[in-house]
Amino acid sequence: MKVLKLVSKNATRHLLRTFLTILGLAIAVMAFAVIRTSIDAWYAGANASSPNRLVVTNNISLVFPLPLAYKEKIEQLDGVTGISWAQWFGGTYVDPKNFFAQFAIDGESYLALYPEYIIPAVQKETFLKERNAVIVGRALADRFGWSVGDPIRLIGTIYPGEWDFVIRGIYTGKEETTDEAQWFMRYEYLDERMKAETPGRAGQVGSFIVQIADPSKAAQMSATIDSIFVNSLAETKTQTEEAFQLSFVAMASSIVTGLRIVSFMVIGIILLVLANTMAMTARERVSEYAVMKTLGFRPIHILGLIFGESLVIAGIGGLLGILVTFPISNLLSIVIKDFFPVFKLEIITLAIGMIASITVGIVADIFPALKAVKTPIVEGLRIVD
Amino acid sequence: MSKSFVQLHNVNKSYWRDTLEIPVLHNINLDVPEGEFVALMGPSGSGKTTLLNLIAGIDRPSSGEVSVNGESVSRLSESALARWRSRNIGFVFQFYNLMPVLNAFENVELPLLLTKLNRRERRRQVETALSIVGLADRMKHYPNQLSGGQEQRVAIARAVVTDPRLILADEPTGDLDKQSAEEVMELLSRLNKEFNKTIIVVTHDPRAAEKAHIQRHLDKGELNHL
Amino acid sequence: MLLIHYSYKNILARKLTSLLTVFGIGLVVFVFCAVLMLSNGLGETLIATGEDGNAIVIRKASQTEVQSIIYRDVANAIKADAAIEKDADGVPIVTSEILVLINQNKRSNNKPSNVPVRGVTGMSINIRPAFKLVEGRMWQPGTSEIIAGSKVAESFQGCGLGETVRFGMRDWTVVGLFETGGSGFESELWGDIDQLMDAFGRPVFSSLTMRLANPEEFEVFRARLEGDPRYTVEVMREKEYYEEQSKFTTIFINAMGVTISIIFSLGAIVGAMITMYAAVANRTTEIGTMRALGFSRRTILFAFLTESLLIALIGGAIGVLTATFLRLVEVSTTNWNTFAELAFSFEISSEIVLYAFIFAIVMGIVGGFLPAVRAARFRIVTALRAK
Repeated sequence: MKVLKLVSKNATRHLLRTFLTILGLAIAVMAFAVIRTSIDAWYAGANASSPNRLVVTNNISLVFPLPLAYKEKIEQLDGVTGISWAQWFGGTYVDPKNFFAQFAIDGESYLALYPEYIIPAVQKETFLKERNAVIVGRALADRFGWSVGDPIRLIGTIYPGEWDFVIRGIYTGKEETTDEAQWFMRYEYLDERMKAETPGRAGQVGSFIVQIADPSKAAQMSATIDSIFVNSLAETKTQTEEAFQLSFVAMASSIVTGLRIVSFMVIGIILLVLANTMAMTARERVSEYAVMKTLGFRPIHILGLIFGESLVIAGIGGLLGILVTFPISNLLSIVIKDFFPVFKLEIITLAIGMIASITVGIVADIFPALKAVKTPIVEGLRIVD
Repeated sequence: MSKSFVQLHNVNKSYWRDTLEIPVLHNINLDVPEGEFVALMGPSGSGKTTLLNLIAGIDRPSSGEVSVNGESVSRLSESALARWRSRNIGFVFQFYNLMPVLNAFENVELPLLLTKLNRRERRRQVETALSIVGLADRMKHYPNQLSGGQEQRVAIARAVVTDPRLILADEPTGDLDKQSAEEVMELLSRLNKEFNKTIIVVTHDPRAAEKAHIQRHLDKGELNHL
Repeated sequence: MLLIHYSYKNILARKLTSLLTVFGIGLVVFVFCAVLMLSNGLGETLIATGEDGNAIVIRKASQTEVQSIIYRDVANAIKADAAIEKDADGVPIVTSEILVLINQNKRSNNKPSNVPVRGVTGMSINIRPAFKLVEGRMWQPGTSEIIAGSKVAESFQGCGLGETVRFGMRDWTVVGLFETGGSGFESELWGDIDQLMDAFGRPVFSSLTMRLANPEEFEVFRARLEGDPRYTVEVMREKEYYEEQSKFTTIFINAMGVTISIIFSLGAIVGAMITMYAAVANRTTEIGTMRALGFSRRTILFAFLTESLLIALIGGAIGVLTATFLRLVEVSTTNWNTFAELAFSFEISSEIVLYAFIFAIVMGIVGGFLPAVRAARFRIVTALRAK
């Protein structure tokens, strides 16, 4: 087609400028995609949760424990098909900066509730047998170069003293969204030492995980559980695993909101870069467009030329941006995996980036296009750049 | 005849397009005494502008020697040339080449920025230059608010503001109507008579060339007496 | 530098293009400033929380007060240390406190977050001179009354004056609001330590804070306490302790913000390059003319570099100026070191302004350099012939 040829000839007329514009667009689309992906990373925990798991914690706050004795009362409820418990350990490995999630769990029942953690049968068996055994996620093991059989010492922050462990298993996630950066130790190991050292702190757990038969009754089940313990020394707060995870995101809502605002600012930058190029191009070509109009081209043709050029540029820029997003987000996921174990680029994010690029390509043109169409021929011909 | 001010000795100039040599000037010899008014004439493509550029030191000869006031232009380094030009040469272009964002005063002031003059001294010189060209009342006007003839007169003011001894003009009337062309040539002639400026004008307009004392003809790269 | 006026007039001449470029750089500088102001504000708030000459004692390796446990006998022994200053009545200026977190819904989004509740003694107020009751009154001993920091009162449900918060099987009435000169305590609820220990069923302290008679002897004091095998405690200067509390979040905000700013700046630099290349292309004849008038290559290079620097500086000024308005915005987020909600504001500092302008200048130079080099490299004859 003749028009397409003209469009591509125009786009390559200022090769350097077109190249820079495409580069600017690509950077912006990449930045947009990476920021959106890091927003998604906050929600990884919530996305990986199962609808038939409830989390029971102390109503005052996570800092307060619940008596292990609550287990029997919850277990007896109709519709409960499984229960386990966990306690946040919060130890320091070598340096306080080496932060990672550590839970003391009841081995058998906990792993039964979390089928997404895949552990070789032999390793699981050893873990269940040995008091100071630990299972860690693949990502965590890679981070510190741990392998099965390694002895590890943690310094307790909540539970004082030195704690010695042996790595007995390494789990991998069933799904891509499974957190592979956790540390699971045995609850018995913690509880027995507490019994010996500070009996007042024994027999306490941070949270119960309750499996229910019918996810649609989650709200009702939660209310039932909480009603049992109302007006006791440790009132409970029961919520779905998803709500529990989302409550952590809510704590950082300012940061997440900030990121969202920033991701839109990136689109603003695309708009500025492209609008700038288009405004310059249109100004330089006023006389050319006047000549074309004299030759009998109608405004629609001129509009086609202007929008065609910017769509070509926006399209190439968007595609290039998507291409560079893959290596950059891979790189970033390695850098920040200590904070965000799950950092996954979603196709939908790339699609939004591409659409944004194209939309901006059109918006950036409105002003120059109007000007090109409205400038009277005589005036256009008089202007020499 | 007084001693020569501008001297070209056996000057050759050719351009290279890929491997093809395009000769432009061939064995040019020219002597212009101080205070002369010379018109270089010739059809387009005859190399007039190139000759002028060589004298101004904005282009270098392939061989031969160009000297102005005893200074060998072709031997100066580039930055020395720039400094030399700002002191010794006033240049007038066919399309005036004024800075569109600067007004008449600021355009004329431009070459003075290269001198050590303070703001007040610069102002005085600019005003003098503009009144010589008869545009003292247009100081605040921008180039697009002036007619072609006025623009060219501003350009001439810019050329004389540093008080150079040599003024080079490349087709100064090429883009002007008859009356404006007349005015511009009259102005150059006055600069020559009243201020004893040496002037070399390139033109293909015989009427314009009439104002000059000496007319030389350039054809196919060779210089002839008329 | 000769041609500043010329550069400036050229920027004015192409209004739209200059404006778009200025905005691009302004936007980047704004984001850059906002991030630095955020982490600076967080740091300032926490540093202001500590008092010069005060020391704080927590259990060894516990890192935060919330995780720390100090038993009564240990607390009593430490309180008798001779290094602690005594008031006019000869009473040592030291307080033992309890700090816990309660889960409470925020007013803004109805979502829960952690509010720190501090059980304090009479001495707690003496030891923090910035404390001021701004509304209502102190609690009556032996009742379920508490006072709230002004920031908590504002952002959490049930924490305003006259409202009630429920925890520990009791309803607590907020009878007073206090301020502490913008420090972190304003994000806390304070109550009588005996009442709170009772309600939480937790008969142990979280920390001890004391004023030292001679602050220079801090190291000696620390060595003595940390070296005593009966205690297993950690002693820090109060200021350092609170500074430490902002570390993780500050590093996180800075790392994230600087990464984003750098990516953004690439976009702005590309924008500036496009503008400057176009400026050079459009003014080829002008450049040739100036060279013919005797301006050197270097002057031309600087003229275009100046132009791009001016654009960057205007953008930088707009960015910094807009960012200063962020001081009016209060941020409240979880501090990941303590897991407690902390309110603070964006704080500008002369260093941030300096960094922002350096950042803008770097963008201007990087974006303008290649186009300026191109302008300087034109051959006069070629440039004059361009039309």
